[in-house]
Amino acid sequence: MTLDTIPTGLFFIATALYTASTVGYALYLFMQKEKMQHTALSLILAGFIFHAMGTLMVSVQMGTLPIHNLKETLSIAALALSGMFLVLKTKFNLKILGIFAAPLVALMMMAMVALPGAPVPAGSFLKGFWLVSHIILIFSGEAALALACGAGILYILQENAIKAKKRGFFFTRLPSLDLLDSTSYTCVITGFAMLTAGLITGLVYAKAVWGSFWTWDPKEIWSAVTWLVYAALLHGRLTSGWQGRRSAIMTIIGFAVLVFTFLGVNFLIGGHHRGFTM
Amino acid sequence: MKIDTSHGLSCEPYTAPHDNPCINRGTMPQITLIGINHKTAPVALREVLSFTGDEADVALRDLFQQPEIRELVLFSTCNRMEILFIPARGDGQDCVKTFISRFKSVPVEKFESALYIHTGDKAIRHLFRVACSLDSMMVGEPQILGQVKKSYRNSVAANTSGVILNRVMHKAFNIAKKVRRETGIGDNAVSISYAATELAGKIFSDISTRSVMLLGAGEMAELAVEHLISSGVKEIVVANRTFCNAITLAEKFHGKAVKFEEMEHFLKEVDIIISSTGATEFILTAPQLKRIMRSRKNRPLFFIDIAVPRDLDPDINRINNCFLYDIDDLQDIVNDNIEERNKEAVKGERLVDEAVIKFINWMESLEMVPTIVAIRKKIDAIAQAEIKKTMHSMPHLSPRDHEAIQRMTRSIADKIMHDPIRFLKNMGNHRDDARYLNAARHLFNLDHTEEL
Repeated sequence: MTLDTIPTGLFFIATALYTASTVGYALYLFMQKEKMQHTALSLILAGFIFHAMGTLMVSVQMGTLPIHNLKETLSIAALALSGMFLVLKTKFNLKILGIFAAPLVALMMMAMVALPGAPVPAGSFLKGFWLVSHIILIFSGEAALALACGAGILYILQENAIKAKKRGFFFTRLPSLDLLDSTSYTCVITGFAMLTAGLITGLVYAKAVWGSFWTWDPKEIWSAVTWLVYAALLHGRLTSGWQGRRSAIMTIIGFAVLVFTFLGVNFLIGGHHRGFTM
Repeated sequence: MKIDTSHGLSCEPYTAPHDNPCINRGTMPQITLIGINHKTAPVALREVLSFTGDEADVALRDLFQQPEIRELVLFSTCNRMEILFIPARGDGQDCVKTFISRFKSVPVEKFESALYIHTGDKAIRHLFRVACSLDSMMVGEPQILGQVKKSYRNSVAANTSGVILNRVMHKAFNIAKKVRRETGIGDNAVSISYAATELAGKIFSDISTRSVMLLGAGEMAELAVEHLISSGVKEIVVANRTFCNAITLAEKFHGKAVKFEEMEHFLKEVDIIISSTGATEFILTAPQLKRIMRSRKNRPLFFIDIAVPRDLDPDINRINNCFLYDIDDLQDIVNDNIEERNKEAVKGERLVDEAVIKFINWMESLEMVPTIVAIRKKIDAIAQAEIKKTMHSMPHLSPRDHEAIQRMTRSIADKIMHDPIRFLKNMGNHRDDARYLNAARHLFNLDHTEEL
């Protein structure tokens, strides 16, 4: 076994663990047995540990974070999401969010495993403090916003059940609207703060590399749009009481814009982040 | 499945060849249950026969004085009166009937037809079903177990329950807990008040930080809010057109009474509204509420409209963060849940059947012959195992030495067993065989797999 194959093996194990965790959460959703939820949580935690070890080894080998192509980018995004989920789960004990997080992480990992690794272009432009901070902050922020979207979707499902007076599948399984709403809000605040910091570090890095903070690059424009959507959501919430449904819809819209900024811009428009999704 | 536990039960299956099955055959104690419940007697009769708390205590001690009764537990709720006993001689049934008649001054003929008398496995099953709330008027209601436990505690305090009833009662508590844990029998709300509380729990994460406003101070409002209060809401506000009624009701809940005209102001502060006024038109309309929602920054409001005709505009339910349930919506939930509980009750019955079989097995083991056989088997097994061990480390012994050691071990074992077994065989004149058999089984740890 060469040094290169160890991380690959770790990623495979992590993918398997995430998939098992997804199955665990699905079973929990249907059968509502606490034990299943505990198992699923342990599995995603184990997956995260293997995943983080693999990523660490690759980073040490390359001397920087592995985000040179779509394969690596997806892996980092999945790592950020599972990590963020574990943090928020510990803090708020919102078990049900695993039903959203685990399958998303597992799907990203499967896509990651299936994708061929594009050759890493030579060059050292992906190094340095500002860039690493930019990457970590952006990915963690995006993970938190993904979870906000998950909580938003669950909110809408639960609200529909209550309004329709049909106490169906979701009504008994989902927690209170209150809890879903406040979780979503916390995720948005966390995500927005990190996104803001991540954008600032990105600007600083751009200044260092390209000599200018802002170059009207499509990625930059769409990042600004994403930021504005979430800023609008928080503003509405604080000033005009955009609680509940409206806030939930905004987290979903925000996340859609975010996904477009993350992947769509690169595929459809291009720009200086294009390499990350090759 | 039917298990015969009558006196004449044969002990052949347990009879080893060296036992004489004719010596003092086991006297299987016959668990008997006499009672009435909501299914067999109308409320008028149940009223007459039920025992209040103190009465039950007196009755318990009185009935236990009868020489026909060996062990006794008695319990009485508004829906049932049950007397569970082990007779000391005869079947004790007439004794109990006469006692009820004397204690309650009602002739036996008046209530005899409403009584049910179960013995053996049927009595045990009935007790288990009662404890599990499978026999309740509202299947799955949680109070009954507490009531049964309380009456058992009284029996323990009065020293009227012995080894059999102690065990059957403990088993009843265990199975009741198991049924509650493993089936959804107690899961769903089956009253309007419970349903409203359950819904509130799906809207607000912590009810204890929320306040309730009652519109109208009628009895319906009181009933509906009952369970919300017991789950601990922060504050109760009562608004009523007749202010003094508001005050009376507010005092009862340690709440605040307000004038009906102040309702709109308080709508900005409370979270749950229960409306039950006699108004013929809507007292709150959707446009009115939209305005209020703006001033309360869209914090969610949960409306429960139990008035007929309705008090609240149904369109309120379409406003963001407003949730409106009327009496029919709540009743639908309750009906669904009752159906759900009945389905779960089938599972409960299966668990009860299992527990009854287990208990009958234990009762049968309390017979003298199987106990003696089990003691013999155990000692023989120990002796054989020890001989084997010793022989293994002494290969130099001749076959004759072998035999001598065998003989010696067996005779030690026989001598040790002789007195205890003779004691067990001659128990006939003791008052309570079951107690000694139970002790013997414990001394020799014969039921090690089953905890008490």
